[in-house]
This record gives sequence, structure tokens and C-alpha cells, in this order.
Amino acid sequence: MKNPVRSLLLTELLSGMALTLKYFFKPKVTLNYPYEKGPISPRFRGEHALRRYANGEERCIACKLCEAICPAQAITIESEPRDDGSRRTTRYDIDMTKCIYCGFCQEACPVDAIVEGPNFEFATETREELFYDKEKLLSNGDRWETEIAQNIALDAPYR
Amino acid sequence: MVDFWEGYALPTVIIVAQIMVVVGPLLIAVAYLTYFERKVIGAMQMRKGPNVVGPFGLLQPFADAVKLMMKETILPSGSNKIIFIMAPMLTFILSLVAWSVIPFGEGLVISDINVGILYLFAISSLGVYGVIMAGWASNSKYPFIGALRSAAQMVSYEVSMGLVIITVLMCVGSLNLSDIVMAQKGEYGMFNWYAFPLLPMFVVFFISILAETNRSPFDLPEGESELVAGFMVEYSSMSFALFFLGEYANMILMSAMAAILFLGGWLPPVDIAPFNWVPGPVWFSLKIAFVLFCFLWVRATFPRFRYDQLMRLGWKVFLPFTLFWVILTAGVLVGFDLLPAAQ
Repeated sequence: MKNPVRSLLLTELLSGMALTLKYFFKPKVTLNYPYEKGPISPRFRGEHALRRYANGEERCIACKLCEAICPAQAITIESEPRDDGSRRTTRYDIDMTKCIYCGFCQEACPVDAIVEGPNFEFATETREELFYDKEKLLSNGDRWETEIAQNIALDAPYR
Repeated sequence: MVDFWEGYALPTVIIVAQIMVVVGPLLIAVAYLTYFERKVIGAMQMRKGPNVVGPFGLLQPFADAVKLMMKETILPSGSNKIIFIMAPMLTFILSLVAWSVIPFGEGLVISDINVGILYLFAISSLGVYGVIMAGWASNSKYPFIGALRSAAQMVSYEVSMGLVIITVLMCVGSLNLSDIVMAQKGEYGMFNWYAFPLLPMFVVFFISILAETNRSPFDLPEGESELVAGFMVEYSSMSFALFFLGEYANMILMSAMAAILFLGGWLPPVDIAPFNWVPGPVWFSLKIAFVLFCFLWVRATFPRFRYDQLMRLGWKVFLPFTLFWVILTAGVLVGFDLLPAAQ
């Protein structure tokens, strides 16, 4: 007898509507994205960058560990000894359309050369612009070095 | 020449002007209803809704309109072209035509016919033809299923809606919409509105107009999660926009109907000094806005009905319930000698 009365008086429907009305007046959680941005973890895996030492020497020693571990086979490296005899890359390409942002390359890197920085806003209008070469990666490294160094320092105690 | 001018041209100009005065604000209201809907549902989901185009996103409806107009109108090769193009026009025209008998204030009505409510009911029933024509002419599966659902749904809910209207008409004693509003004027202010003495009928009426306008939780003809977009699947650009405008204009129309039948039309809630200074059309729009808010509120709250439950509610619950209330109301009116005087 209880149920028909309740469904006739629409109590359940009304309590549901009371709930939505309560939420109507709650503060909104929307983030106005291009103007406001959410917090990002120091471990965030965004756009790749090749770092340099403080004296300007590039870190990468062309060990090709990143190329080997890359599950998407997005990295292509060619290397030759430089004039001063040190081993360096002549070609370091990342196909950003293949990359799955797993972060294995930065885990594999023995000299912290290849890293995934905090930048996630690198959309392009053509596919070709996403085939990054060594020059692009190094310039990313120069551009984001402050943030990248800070993130590595913050994450260091947990490694 | 004078005869022609006074007997024919001048009335035409006046009528066209009256139509413009009603249709212009109506279309703007439709545009802002879409904005209002997105804002209200957004707020109930703790979102902000559109807020980028113009201040508070107020220009969003116009951006949407421009976007729709820039798109290509696609005519499916398998469709029946003439009916395919006619269907959205029919829907849109019918949703506008009905406004001719709506009284916005005392005497503020384009045509004050004495069977206004019948006319309104007839026009809103015709709305189903637009949907069926669209579904049939598209010559495609989803639109056809959507159209069949819509036909069955609108027919079932119109029956109980008719009985609800009969209940109100028995209390009023007239089919003229202005008379229906004036009959709700009385010494108790808003408690004289039929929403209070006939509260169960008001609830049934509200649920029926949700079904009648194919709004959530009865939006099975559209059913985007099962029928993609129902009868609108094959439509694009302006032909889609006409359906969209028609649907929202219908929502406003049905809310106006609810306001006239149950919420005292243009009457102020309390007939004392500060309230009866406000002009009637303002009260009328406020009441329409309130009913529309309930439309959106319901949409933000409830999931879609299953089809058999929808039919069960229409035929097995609403029909006997409204029939019982018609008899009860009639009995009370006769028994206590409250019948309105014959005119």
C-alpha cells in the first residue's frame, strides 16, 4: 500500500528535483581553460625536449637507449663521432604523431637528456609540423629548461 | 480608392504589424531559450555553461545561428524531396501559427476567437505531422523509428491532455482563452488560479506537455543515445534549424498554454498595489519562464523513459486518472451548484 501512494504523490521525483535544485546553487567547478589552467604534476609527461648542460653542451650521448625502448618506435637516431672525438647524434627525430607519451625514453636516458616537459599545448595545423627533429627538440629544451629542471628536482626524492 | 484603403489595405498592414510584434520577440525568446537551457542544465551539473561569446555568453545563440546557416543543406538521394523540405517548414509554421490566439494581456491578442483553446489544441496536434513527414520522407531507418514513436507518443498523451483541458473548461464555462484567464481572477489572488484547486490536473498537464513537445524524459523520438537524433538524422543546416526552432517555439507555446489554463495568464499573483502596476504581459512572460525552467529542471534531473513505460503511463495511469478527475470535478461543480453561468 505504501508504494502506490508514494508513486502517486511523486515523492521520489520531487526529491530528485530537490537535489538538482540544490546543485543549481552550488559553486561551479568549471575551469575557464585558455584563461585558467589546472595544476600539473612534476611528473607530467608532455612535449619532449632535449636538454643541455649549463655550459651549453648537449647532454645526449647517442646511446640510443630511448630509441630501443620506445614502444611506439617513434624515435629515430643516427650518430657519428664529432670532430673533437665525442660521440653525438647527427639526427634525433621524434614522430609526435606516433608517440604515446609513456615516458619510457626519459626513464631510459642515462644523462637526463631526453625529457617530457610540462608543455601540452603544442597542437599544430599540419601533420608535418609534428615530426620533430633535433633542432626543434633542442630549442624546446632551451625554452623549457627552468620548468624542466625544477620538475626533476621536485621528483628526485621519489626516485 | 478610399474603400480599398480603409477596407482592405489598412487592416492588412495592422495585422502584419501585429504578427511582427508577436513573432519577432518570440524568435528572440527561442534563441535565448537555448541559451537559458544550456545555462540552467550547466548550473545543475556544476558547470558554467556558455560564457565566452559576448558578456556572459549572451551572443552564443547568434553564433550558433550563424554556424547553422553557413552549413550545407543536404538532400539525401533516396528521400522524397518535396516532403523532406516541407516537413521542417510545417513544424516551424505550426509552432508560430498557434500564437495568434494567445492573449498576452487584457485585450492583447491577435485574434480573440471564442474557440481559442480548441484551435490551440488542433494546431498542437498537427505538429505530429511535421515529425511523421520528416521521418517518412528521409527514407532511412532511424528517422522512421523516431517518427513512429513520436506519432504514438503524441497521440497517447493528447488524450489525457484533452481531458485535463475539459476539466478546466468545465470550471470556466468558455473556450475563449481570455475568458479562461479572467475566470481565474478572484479575491484570493494566486490561490484562485486553477493550479491550486486543480493541482493534480496541473501536474498531469505539465507531464503531458513534456511528452507532447518530445522533451526529456519523454524524448524518445529523438533519443540521441539510441536513435542518433531520431527523425532529425538526415537534416542539416537551415532545415535542421527550422525543426530546432519549431521544437523550442512549441515548448514556449505549451508553457504559455499552461500559464493560461492553470497559472492565471497575465493576472498578478496578488491583486494589490505594487503587483498590479506591473503590466500583464510581464506577468505572463514570467509565468512562461517559470514553466520553461521546470522543463529544463526536469531534463537535468530524470533519465529517459523506456518506451513501454511511456505508453503504460499514458494509457494506464493518466487516462483513468484524468477521467476520474473529470467526473469528480463535474460532480463537485453540479453538487455544490458551482457551475459557471451559461453564456
